[in-house]
Amino acid sequence: MSDDTDGGGRSSALPRILWKLARLAATVALTFLGLLVVTFLIGRVVPVDPVLAVIGDRAPKSVYDRVFIELGLDKPLYEQFWLYLQKVLTGDFGQSFLTKRDIADDIARVFPATMELATVAIIIGTVLGIPMGVWAAVRQGRLADQVVRVLGLVGYSAPIFWLGLLGLLVFYARLHWVSGPGRVDIAFEYSITPKTGLLLLDSAMQGQWDAFRNVFSHIILPASLLGYFSMAYISRMTRSFMLNELAQEYVITARVKGVPEWRIIWVHALRNAAVPLVTVIALSYANLLEGSVLTETVFAWPGLGQYLTNSLQNSDMNAVLGGTLLIGGIFVGLNLLSDLLYTLLDPRVRRQA
Amino acid sequence: MTTLSRREWLLSDQPQSRRQARLGQVYRTWLSFRSNWLAMVGLGIVLLLILVAVFANVIAPYDPVVGGDLRTERFLPPLSQGHLFGTDDLARDIFSRIVHGSRLTLMVVVLVAVIATPIGLLVGTTSGYFGGWVDTVLMRVTDIFLAFPRLILALAFVAALGPGIENAIIAIAITSWPPYARLARAETLTIRDSDYINAARLQGASSARILWGHVTPLCLSSVIIRVTLDMAGIILTAAGLGFLGLGAQPPQPEWGAMIASGRRFLIDQWWVATVPGVAIFVVSLGFNLLGDGLRDVLDPKARK
Repeated sequence: MSDDTDGGGRSSALPRILWKLARLAATVALTFLGLLVVTFLIGRVVPVDPVLAVIGDRAPKSVYDRVFIELGLDKPLYEQFWLYLQKVLTGDFGQSFLTKRDIADDIARVFPATMELATVAIIIGTVLGIPMGVWAAVRQGRLADQVVRVLGLVGYSAPIFWLGLLGLLVFYARLHWVSGPGRVDIAFEYSITPKTGLLLLDSAMQGQWDAFRNVFSHIILPASLLGYFSMAYISRMTRSFMLNELAQEYVITARVKGVPEWRIIWVHALRNAAVPLVTVIALSYANLLEGSVLTETVFAWPGLGQYLTNSLQNSDMNAVLGGTLLIGGIFVGLNLLSDLLYTLLDPRVRRQA
Repeated sequence: MTTLSRREWLLSDQPQSRRQARLGQVYRTWLSFRSNWLAMVGLGIVLLLILVAVFANVIAPYDPVVGGDLRTERFLPPLSQGHLFGTDDLARDIFSRIVHGSRLTLMVVVLVAVIATPIGLLVGTTSGYFGGWVDTVLMRVTDIFLAFPRLILALAFVAALGPGIENAIIAIAITSWPPYARLARAETLTIRDSDYINAARLQGASSARILWGHVTPLCLSSVIIRVTLDMAGIILTAAGLGFLGLGAQPPQPEWGAMIASGRRFLIDQWWVATVPGVAIFVVSLGFNLLGDGLRDVLDPKARK
């Protein structure tokens, strides 16, 4: 990415931004094509016979041959890939052998649950992680710094599904502070009219505050758990960005001018650290999707992660590959977004572009 | 030679031989590593894991797979009748299972490192050394693998290969090499135009010889630090796969799978699922501390 060596002046700024955008788009398209190749190849090495998966193992030979040709399995591999590509680009991921529905519909149904969980988690992670990182940087080497470091180490070392089980044991079974597995109690399940699919938003918009409280008591434990893991990452990165900023000369200048210390930390330094932090937050949102696979299994959360695990355990390859592709795509998208935000927010990068 | 004089010999400012200089360097590194007590704790945990894995047969008082009397010995709580961590639903001693499970954990870590490190080194050094379109193609492939979250890609591979600990190891290795390739490429770029590489080339050494004999050894140390830092992640991924029923299969005493099977009894027999989690946590904490310590000592760029 760093071969923009020719130092152009201001006059050529616009075409160069366009050029950079075009290159970015090409990179993303190529990466996405690669994702497709990988999922396609995984789909071909599966020991499960895709024909038998469609028709069952008692169908006569003639049906088998017909489906074999319908699925395009008689064609050479590159032609099969071309067909796969065309299908995926039109949003057709095939049918689930398990639910007998289109994968795209299935995913559209389960995705809001994951998104709601990940969004609440990232809010928790950011709101706690940034102040903790700032605090650790300001008190570098002292108790606060050590506490933040230990919290981070625990976050990097503990299996998330184990912490989830412990959380259920303590806060649900013993203390009764939160509700158990699932998104909402059955009593409220049909009273909320799904509009956005995000139950917190839906119930609040419809003024059903009992349902809102119930949804909240379900989501708070898994979201705090996921939020803890992004907090560990965000606070560590915030700490190092802040240490970097606090060592800059403008901080000394501000001190000499008599700017109050809180203002130096929270306004001057943090604003400069905020630019790389946006990238970090976008990346940890993407990581939450990964964490959600295990968390959703523990909390019986009807989202993408649980859908993926269910399909895996039933060798429902179309569903597995569709889900994998979607998560990979979101990953690429968030990376792109963080690149773009970085360019937009940092005047230094913007001028170089 | 007394201890003091040996120490002086090692720390000498004017080493008399290459061996003395090299040993002195190792000793100095060790001294600075030793002063970091967290890193020493990490080293201790990792050594303990290796010892427990090697002597599992001697340490474990019971069989890890065959349980005791199903009528009287199921779900014994911790610290009862010689069962330090209690027993599970099949009356198996949890302590013995944890001890034997350390072998599986160590096996996963070692095999993933042995498979993924050479792939990463090969791809990275080739890409960096040749440059041009070779570099473009190889790095694009690497980026594609980096575009998947690790656990998700491993899941898809295991789904294709079928569940089992061998396939889990292969899947984790396939998803682990891209960062090593990136790192090895960056290191190669800094050394490929140095004089001694050019000298070797002028003497007619083949590209393969230069890559293997001159470039790879220089990339090795930074890649090894990175692998150590990754080991906690590898353990967590393997445990996650085991938890989802896609890694080691019952009755193998794999820690993640043990949590999964203990999950059904979480409310009343909490120890069945809790104890294996502690084991995973302690071991990955150990690798994290060790990796952090190694990086502080060996990587001058990270030193403050």
